[in-house]
Order: sequence, then structure tokens, then C-alpha cells
Amino acid sequence: MNKIKCALIGPGNIGTDLLYKLQRSELLEAVWMVGVDAASEGLARARQFGLKTTAGGVDALLAHVAADDIRIAFDSTSAYAHADNARKLGALGVLMIDLTPAAIGPFCIPPVNLAAQLESRTGNVNMVTCGGQATIPMVAAVSRVQAVDYGEIIATVSSKSVGPGTRKNIDEFTRTTARAVERVGGAARGKAIIIINPAEPPLIMRDTVHCLTTDEPDQAAITASVHAMLAEVQQYVPGYRLKNGPVFEGKRVSIYLEVEGLGDYLPKYAGNLDIMTAAAARTGEVFAGEMLAGRWQPQTSAAAETASKTKELAT
Amino acid sequence: MSLRGRKIRVHDMSLRDGMHPKRHQITIEQMKTIATGLDDAGVPLIEVTHGDGLGGASVNYGFAAASDEDYLRAVIPLMKQAKVSALLLPGIGTVDELRMAADCGIGTIRVATHCTEADVSEQHIALGRKMGLDTVGFLMMSHMASPQQIAEQALLMESYGAHCIYTTDSAGYMLPEDVSERVARLREVLRPETEIGFHGHHNLAMGVANSIAAVAAGAARIDCACGGMGAGAGNTPLEVFIAVCERMGIDTGVDLYKVTDVAEDLVTPILDFPVRIDRNALTLGFAGAYSSFLLFAKRAAAQYGVSARDILVEMGRRKTVGGQEDMIEDVALDLARAKAAA
Repeated sequence: MNKIKCALIGPGNIGTDLLYKLQRSELLEAVWMVGVDAASEGLARARQFGLKTTAGGVDALLAHVAADDIRIAFDSTSAYAHADNARKLGALGVLMIDLTPAAIGPFCIPPVNLAAQLESRTGNVNMVTCGGQATIPMVAAVSRVQAVDYGEIIATVSSKSVGPGTRKNIDEFTRTTARAVERVGGAARGKAIIIINPAEPPLIMRDTVHCLTTDEPDQAAITASVHAMLAEVQQYVPGYRLKNGPVFEGKRVSIYLEVEGLGDYLPKYAGNLDIMTAAAARTGEVFAGEMLAGRWQPQTSAAAETASKTKELAT
Repeated sequence: MSLRGRKIRVHDMSLRDGMHPKRHQITIEQMKTIATGLDDAGVPLIEVTHGDGLGGASVNYGFAAASDEDYLRAVIPLMKQAKVSALLLPGIGTVDELRMAADCGIGTIRVATHCTEADVSEQHIALGRKMGLDTVGFLMMSHMASPQQIAEQALLMESYGAHCIYTTDSAGYMLPEDVSERVARLREVLRPETEIGFHGHHNLAMGVANSIAAVAAGAARIDCACGGMGAGAGNTPLEVFIAVCERMGIDTGVDLYKVTDVAEDLVTPILDFPVRIDRNALTLGFAGAYSSFLLFAKRAAAQYGVSARDILVEMGRRKTVGGQEDMIEDVALDLARAKAAA
């Protein structure tokens, strides 16, 4: 079967785990792994999987985009590097799926707003944060039933699953997640908290979602909506579980979740990383499906710029 | 070893850690009155914020009676000699709140992390230092790491720019020997100009003894709370610690009778219940659970018909760390389900 060819930028833990997932895809074919260090283990592993690799960064990939028909690139480098990667690959019409905190493109939480991203023809989608992927579906599950004044999420992750990049800029996690709780989750106001726990053996990711509804919560409708959303997320993260709740107390709705990863490349407790790569793979597959059906053409970044300028002028 | 003539600074926690037993409902007026009393008694440092630090206002930890900014702007201008500090837990608060607090005129920022996760504090400690604040690294739940691990984490915080490093007994679990070992190891590895602090909880009645052990091992800053306020069974009670220091000849610069008056006349009347070593506070110290869990466990116990002690023991068994208040209702629901099934 015909598959959409893609490149992975950043051969670290996330990029490698994503590669494992793409190997199983019926719609996506990973063709290139791009790094900056020739000695990187991730590049060596990608070669074992039969991918073409380069340690020359995105610049070394550009010449191959047309010849190898690269349509989608997954970026798991850094916010700083992503800005440059997005500009260069976007100019060639490659759809960017951004796993960094750069958030140049719109936030994408697959079961909530992936369809809207397809419609918008954006050339760049951002996968928010691990905590966002784990919790925002549930904020949305409540807000699609009734108005939510305030949404708060607490993500508890094992120390071993939090890399140096996140640690150096933990505020980026709290800010980006809180913003996405509002924009995608549909809460009027959002707050995010992250707790890092060093327990051994490492704990499986835990997430708590608290919503304060405007009016008394419709318990039956919210419970049904939460269970429907759970099933949707479980389609791409089978270890996404409701541990307790929804609990109702006055206008508070609380949902207690656990996220166990598939254990592809990363250990199972690192559900926080797994849900990022799984959501990115899911997003890539949905876009690929549209591409294969001939229904979707990414805007070039030049076209996107013109479009956004026109929009600015219009508003 | 005689500690006669040793100079230390006490840091009052009644208006920050003391927010926990008050469910963060201390009013601005009460803050102003108590802080003024402490200032007049010569307490050099006073912490003012939500109990869980800047940005702590949340469903998870509780919403305070006023914003951090309102509290700080009300208290700081009234201080004649005391400096006001704020606490910040990365992951809960951000540098935005740190900038706000600096703009309000705090003198000290204390950046708190779990005792093995100091590297999440880099951006906050570096910014505090850059803004000219007295900057403190605060290693919580220190009983969960060895003296060597604490020392390694302290060195990270020192390298980011911290002037002072605390070993923090958030669970009130440590015994004097545990404190001595940690403080002594810190004194060995940190630069001579880097101060060492100790923050205790009185859950096993060790607050004063642990604080004296810390001073003997080289700590120069000791956290206390007037009137025995603070999470769990409270922090080291300020007035008791001052009295003991006076007997031992440790120089705190604080007027004993004045702080006993603040405790009796201003703090005790605002308490919702006596902060003391009841069976649940004791369990915190015994099980090694974060002291702020106390009221949440009592509330969940009442709501779900399970024992608060069982909840706290389970929180300890799950090796929860500071800030995991959300797991209390989760544990209570699990226990209630197990009870129903039995």
C-alpha cells in the first residue's frame, strides 16, 4: 500500500520512540532520521531500521525532500531549533508536526481538535506538552457538556522520564499547558502544575484534572462524556486509564488518570513521553490519510504568511 | 560543644506555612497585625505567601483569602527592620510570579524543589540572584535523600546562584542525628560564604531539638513559626526556640517576651483549631508524609468514610512528594472501594 513518506528530526529518546511507532503505521513511512551528532546512538538505531540518516541537521535534508517525496516532518529537537526547521521545511511544503515547546503552529490534541487542524490547512501543528496531551481531552470532555470557568491539571511524572530540556525551563511546561487548557480544553481560565517524583521503581504518569463548572455539573452527561473521551484516547494510548472519578463536589469535577506507555523504546512508566509520541503519530496518520485521499495540500509557509496577513488586515 | 555567642537568624513561617492550618484564609488585616508584631520583636525575616508559595492558589491546594500580591503589598511597607520573603515551587509558580514579588519589594526569594530535583530551580534561582534578591535554595523532604545526595543537590543550587541552602524536614520525620549529618555535610561541601538553613516540622516534637542540632552543625538560618503555626503539627515553635537559644547563649536578636506576646495575643486567637501533635500529625512524622497533607486527609476521610491515618500511611508508602495533594482524594477513593469490597 502507498504510504506518506516522512522525516524525523531529532534522534533522541522521543524521536526514537516515535520511530518505533511509525514502523507499525500503515499510512506513514519513516524515511529519514536527522541529527547533528554523527556518533549519536539514535542515528545508528535508525540506520538499523533501514532509514537514511544525516548528522548535518535539517540543511542536509533539504536537498532530499523533493527526491524522496517527504511530505511530513516530526520535530523533536528544541523550541529554538524548531523555529529554523519549520521555516526551511515549511518553504518546501512539508507539514511540520512539532513536539517541541516552540508552538509556532496551533496546538493539537488529537481527539479534541485534530479535525479542525485539517480544515485550517495549517502547515505546522504543535503537540503542546505531555501533561497537556494527557489532560486536555478530559477538560474538553467536561467543557463540551457545559461551560467551564476554570480548568486545572496536575501532571505527576517520574524523575527518570524528565529530560534536561524540560528541567531547565519548567516554566515553559506550566505556561504552555495552562494556555492549551484554555484554548483547546475550553476552560475560561487554565492552570497547570507539574510534580516530579523520584520514587523507585519509577511511578507511572498520574494526571489529575479539576474543572469548576459555571453552573451545577450535569453528572450523568459529564460522566458519559468522560468515558467516551477515554475510549477515544485509548485508541492511540491503550494504557490511558481512569483511576477514579469523575468526582463531583459542588461545581468541582475531578478526574484521576494514569498513563502507562506502550514500552516501545521508552519504559512503560514514561507514559508522559509515550502519549506525546503516540499523539504525534496519530496526528501524522490522520494528515497522511487526507493526503493519500488527495483531499489535503499543505499551505506553503509563504502562502500561510500571506493568509495570516490578509487575516490581520481583515480584523 | 558550647554554642554561646553563635549568631543566627530566625525566619518566621507563621504567615506562609501557617497558611496551611488556616486553609490559606488568613486575612490581610491579620497578616499586617502579626507581621508588625514580629517586626517589633526583632524577627529579621518573615515569609508571606500562599502556603504552597507564589502561584499556589488552586483547586489542588486551596484558594487563599487574598492574592499573593495583595498580601505582599499590604505587609512589606509596614516593616521597620524585618525583610519579607516569598516561597516559590517551580512547577507550581513561575518566574512571572517571582518578578511580581520582587516588584512588591521582597528581600528574599526561596526556591523550593524536592530534595533530588534541584535542577528544576535553575531559571528561578538565577533570576532571583540577577534581580539582587537574597536567594535561597530549599530542598524539601530531605529525609528521603542521603546526606551525600543532599550535598550534591545543594551544590547545583549554589552553582545557579543561591546564597543559602536549606535542608528541609517537610514531613517532620527527621531526628537530631539526621539533621546533624545533613547540615554537616552541606557545611563541608558548600562555599564558606554560602549559608545553611534548616526548616523543621514538629510532628514528632523534634522541631526545637532538630533546630539546635542544625545550629550546632553550622546552620545560620532557622525557620520557626510564631505560635507553633505551620502544616502538620506546625513548624519549630518560634517563641520556644527563642527561649532555648537564650538559655544556650545563641544570639537571635529576637525579644523573647515580645514574641511570646505575639504568639499568645495575635496568633492563637486566629487559629481554627489547636495546631498540635494529634494522631494524624504524628502519623505524618512517623510515615514520612508531607505535612501539608494533614487537612486534606482529614477532609477526604470524613467525605469517604475512611481513616485519615490510613490515607497518610498510604501516601507515605506510595513515596509521594510535596505538592501531590491530588493523590489524597484518589487514595481515599481507593481505600473506600477496598473497604466496600471487603
